[in-house]
Amino acid sequence: MSESLENRGFVARSMTWINARFPWTPTFEKHASKYYAPKNFNVWYVFGVLAFVVLVIQLLTGLFLTMNYVPTAEEAFGSVEYGMHEVSWGWLIRYTHSTGASAFFIVIYLHMFRGFAYGSYRKPRELIWLVGMGIYLVLMAEGFFGYLLPWGNMSYWGAEVIVSLFGAIPIVGGNLAEWIRGDFVLSSITLNRFFALHVFALPGVLVVLVFVHMVALHHVGSNNPDGIEIKNKKDEKGVPLDGIPFHPYYTVHDFFVVIVFLIGFCAVVFYAPEMFGYFIEKPNFQIANPIATPDHIAPVWYYTPFYAMLRAVTFPLFGLDAKFWGLVVMAGAILIPIALPWLDKSPVKSIRYKGRISKFMLGMLVVSFVVLGYLGTKPPSALGTATAQLGTLVYFSYFVLMPWYTQREKTKPVPDRVTGGH
Amino acid sequence: MPIPRLLNGLKLIAGVVLALLGMSLFGATDSDWELEPMKPNLRDKASLQRGLGLYVNFCLGCHSLQYRRYERTARDLGNIHKDDMLDYVIFTGQPIGDYMKSSMSKEDAKSWFGAAPPDLTMVTRVRSPKWVYNFLKTFYMDESRPFGVNNKVFPNVGMPHVLLPLQGIAEEICYGYEAVDLLAREPILREKKLEGILTRTERDTEVEPLDRLEGRQLNCPEVRTIPGTGVYSVEQFDQAAYDLANFLHYMGDPSREIRMSMGRYVIGFLVVLMVFAYFLKREFWKDIPKSPPRVRAEHSSEL
Repeated sequence: MSESLENRGFVARSMTWINARFPWTPTFEKHASKYYAPKNFNVWYVFGVLAFVVLVIQLLTGLFLTMNYVPTAEEAFGSVEYGMHEVSWGWLIRYTHSTGASAFFIVIYLHMFRGFAYGSYRKPRELIWLVGMGIYLVLMAEGFFGYLLPWGNMSYWGAEVIVSLFGAIPIVGGNLAEWIRGDFVLSSITLNRFFALHVFALPGVLVVLVFVHMVALHHVGSNNPDGIEIKNKKDEKGVPLDGIPFHPYYTVHDFFVVIVFLIGFCAVVFYAPEMFGYFIEKPNFQIANPIATPDHIAPVWYYTPFYAMLRAVTFPLFGLDAKFWGLVVMAGAILIPIALPWLDKSPVKSIRYKGRISKFMLGMLVVSFVVLGYLGTKPPSALGTATAQLGTLVYFSYFVLMPWYTQREKTKPVPDRVTGGH
Repeated sequence: MPIPRLLNGLKLIAGVVLALLGMSLFGATDSDWELEPMKPNLRDKASLQRGLGLYVNFCLGCHSLQYRRYERTARDLGNIHKDDMLDYVIFTGQPIGDYMKSSMSKEDAKSWFGAAPPDLTMVTRVRSPKWVYNFLKTFYMDESRPFGVNNKVFPNVGMPHVLLPLQGIAEEICYGYEAVDLLAREPILREKKLEGILTRTERDTEVEPLDRLEGRQLNCPEVRTIPGTGVYSVEQFDQAAYDLANFLHYMGDPSREIRMSMGRYVIGFLVVLMVFAYFLKREFWKDIPKSPPRVRAEHSSEL
């Protein structure tokens, strides 16, 4: 035995040494070379890996940003500009991070849409979905805390608006808002705790949740555009007939996809880092001014659908402020997808085999989300508010009516084996 | 998955994203003054240097560029020699490595102007170079204001017209005479309107403009320099305003030039890598047996 070991190459011997002490090869096999993914993935299946790439970009650029950042009200804005004007490649680090924030939400929204369309939340993937929703919520908080850090005027007033929402909660509201700020107004104290949450606590939670999300996925296996289980049809070795090893097939595939993504990403970083005021809003080039609001306070684009729903509630109810009910609606809109695995009663998973109503409702969900997102960037107007109210109803009806329309509609026969793709 | 379909999918996504972004390109400015176009040009080092000269002579007294050092500016604007910088640009006795700060104290600024003049390092990013250009060109005489001037782009701005010696005195051109005539005739017109005996011409040319004037200032859509009152001709002053706006455009984001030139190489490299990655993927995937195609006809018939 020892003789045969010595005859083998250095790498093989090293692997044997490592595997005796750490389950490297079994882990690699479980998650890559013997993880069988359906071979009919389409373009919607690239956003998971892209989200992971963006996470890594954000962690790395964030690390370097903290090296020049000073989290105090007096110096935060100046320290960011110091990074932009004086630190070697400081502009690249900052623009990559600010573009990464928007890119994160673009890929996450598309990733979630994929889940909606192909029923990726259905049994046995409920936990993947729930953990994913957890990631999404943490990501929204992460974006919110991070947005205050440059201490620009939009940072300041955006945070002020959101924190003051908590003030609308009956009885405890005022104290709660004060507790979040740590002060009577947004101040250095608030900035410091947001900094701690943004660079330490939430990224940690995010990384753990992403890990759990992937472990759960690799345990049950990936869904696919047909919404059928490839594990139901296996060959004599127990390998799914329609599955292919993630490595090397999807690693080379995703390598290509990541490069395509990076081309678009770099185009923004190098040529339009502000993205016409969408990724970096104009008033944020002005230092925070607690006595002068920007002309129009709008959150960054990725929150605007929910912001529009918040503003759509214009009437008080049961003696409580409209603002409070707006908060309830907004929170409901963000949280309601959590219930999807139990709302969807359709006998099929994929939109390909669902009926007409499901297709229509999913289309309307996308339309309402986009329209609400647009309205959220605009100053309020009578027509805008009416449209947002309608949009809010459409958005919620996708979820609330789902148990009804998914049972009622006629579905199409699901194929035995996967179709299309490749 | 076939690459054309992948690309189609990406095109769709890119289209949606761009459409979303495009929707907001209609931004609003604070006044309804129509801005003249202005296209900054960072390659025009002469313009940037003239802008720097104007800035340190006319603006820096009040408006700092506190995030930027003289030295970096000298280097970026065509390697201006250190001695030239010290002789012609730095009037405060600061070393060349210092930040470009105004020497006016905040307390003085507040008592003189009511508010400290803002730092202008990023002014073109908060507004736009076009806005700065138009702002500089639209000061006009207005006796009602503390400094005797007002501005079309930034109404009631709390700043004197510091470029006045260059530009000369500018007046706003109003449809003033018409307006005065209208106002003189107003009681008659109102009465005629009440009685319903207005002629069509009177209604269109007199009463309607009058209605529009109510509660508003006169309609003064032009600012014109009185010839001979300034050192510069109108064209020279336009150029000076352009140079300043161009300089501030450079100031707002010093990475712009290197970004643009580097971006080409980065994206070029990625495109080459993408081609190799594509063939690598195709090479691996060619041994995978194809699934039966999706039968779309069957589905669409049921739809």
